[in-house]
Amino acid sequence: MIQLAVEEVTLQFGGVVALRDVNLQVEQGAIHAIIGPNGAGKTSLLNCISRLYHPTQGRIFFEGRDLTTFHPHKIAELGIARSFQNIELFRGMTVLDNLMLGRHVHLRSGVLSGGFYWGKSQREEIAHRAIVEDIIDFLEIEAIRKKTVGTLAYGLQKRVELGRALALEPRLLLLDEPMAGMNVEEKEDMARFILDINEERGITVALIEHDMGVVMDISDEVTVLDFGQIIGQGTPEEVRSDPNVISAYLGEQEVTFRPI
Amino acid sequence: MELFLQLTLTGLTNGAIFALVALGFVLIYKSSDVINFAQGELLLVGAYLIYAFVAELGFPWSVGILITLGLAVVVGVLVERFVLRPLIGEPIISVIMVTIGLSSLLRAIVNAIWGTYGRAFPAFIPSTNVYIFGAVVPADRLIAIGLSLLLLGAFTLFFRYSPDGIAMRATADDQQAALSMGISVKHIFAVAWSISAVTAAVAGALVANIVGVSGDVSRIGLRVFPVVILGGLDSVPGAVIGGVIIGLLEVYTGGYIGSGLSQVLPFIALILILMIRPYGLFGEERIERV
Ligand SMILES: Nc1ncnc2c1ncn2[C@@H]1O[C@H](COP(=O)(O)OP(=O)(O)O)[C@@H](O)[C@H]1O
Ligand SMILES: [Mg+2]
Repeated sequence: MIQLAVEEVTLQFGGVVALRDVNLQVEQGAIHAIIGPNGAGKTSLLNCISRLYHPTQGRIFFEGRDLTTFHPHKIAELGIARSFQNIELFRGMTVLDNLMLGRHVHLRSGVLSGGFYWGKSQREEIAHRAIVEDIIDFLEIEAIRKKTVGTLAYGLQKRVELGRALALEPRLLLLDEPMAGMNVEEKEDMARFILDINEERGITVALIEHDMGVVMDISDEVTVLDFGQIIGQGTPEEVRSDPNVISAYLGEQEVTFRPI
Repeated sequence: MELFLQLTLTGLTNGAIFALVALGFVLIYKSSDVINFAQGELLLVGAYLIYAFVAELGFPWSVGILITLGLAVVVGVLVERFVLRPLIGEPIISVIMVTIGLSSLLRAIVNAIWGTYGRAFPAFIPSTNVYIFGAVVPADRLIAIGLSLLLLGAFTLFFRYSPDGIAMRATADDQQAALSMGISVKHIFAVAWSISAVTAAVAGALVANIVGVSGDVSRIGLRVFPVVILGGLDSVPGAVIGGVIIGLLEVYTGGYIGSGLSQVLPFIALILILMIRPYGLFGEERIERV
């Protein structure tokens, strides 16, 4: 079953075309990788799905509902959580508080109705707390649960951000370069977490990643973007041998290796 | 000794009023990183509304205050809808500039309706003298102390335990992340401005009871700047303790050194403290990513 369908999405910033006629379908329960050179439009695509950007044209359907008609803060309620390329945690708060904020959509909030955690809502808070503690166990971050997020090492912050997204109990998880800047060991841990999330919790994962080894290892389906357009799509094997994809990547390497 | 006691009491009561005004500032800064230059004018509007309902329209004072507090909530919602929402995505500095515009606008509206001359505030807040160990304090000042302690407690609980309060801190920290958690940033801003306007209306009534209903009410907005910067722009207890420090400093200098210095000294103290603690006494240190 198709869970997420991006249909004919075009996104322009003034003269810059970040996305052009993008079509993409993510199967329920799959790990779907989005790859492509820097500036290809990968982050812009995630931003369109989570409604931080509004497509110039096209529509995006999640479980049959047109996301482009929803306010950005409604996306979490629909069952979509995400992480950001440049870690966007609540830096002044503890790890625990960050994860508890992931429960926000499940709180009966509001100035008057939600009020304070007293009586009945105290019991509610305990239930939320249990879900969060379970995620803390799963990600092996017990030791840092009371630490202020801003003081943590980069790799741990990435892990906390994943935890906060999980606390939403989403059905679709969008991850923007979850392993960027990590060492090999940290990457392996992260890859294992993503596989477990997908298999044990049944959460669909759409992730952007540069490490081709990891992408080929864990994804069911790969979409390749270049200059805002899709230039290849299929299983890891199909994409790896696709001449368009190879030339796009070779092109990038030529640029990278050119002496300055 | 008697002078010291008298000065201390006066300083504490002035400080309580500063603290009340400062709490309004902190609330808006905590949720949106915006320094609200219109805070003084929110006091002014609050004072004039109560004056209008009680003195001009003859409502009982309790009803007048209730309607004013209700209208303060409306002001907060309107500010979000027509001032903040169009500026979403713009740099914070633009929003701060707009609050300066808002302050002129509110002042102009008040002047247009009520003119620029001062009036007496309807006498319903008791201002009889209370004697404490031989020192004299007007009762309205004691009410100010009680109210700021009450609000301090309420705000502390709000930011620590209520979903809206926690969401407000999160929004100040990172708006994109807050949105992705399902927090409605618009709702949070409206709540912050509404509570801030309500606090300002209460403070406005207390100030107007002392200085009368006139443009002078909003001047306290400027005098409170050293208070919030001293205490830390994002700290609720900092607002109260900063208020007390500045209140005491002002009267001690006025009483022992000379009244000319009393307006200057708070700023000198401010500079000294900021040299040691750039984020204010209780402000959260922010490590900026480059
Ligand atoms: N908010 C924005 N304003 C203007 N241009 C943007 C914005 N976001 C992205 N772009 C442009 O869109 C293109 C794609 O960027 P991005 O989606 O970040 O690429 P990727 O994540 O694949 O590296 C780039 O040319 C970038 O400069
Ligand atoms: Mg990117």
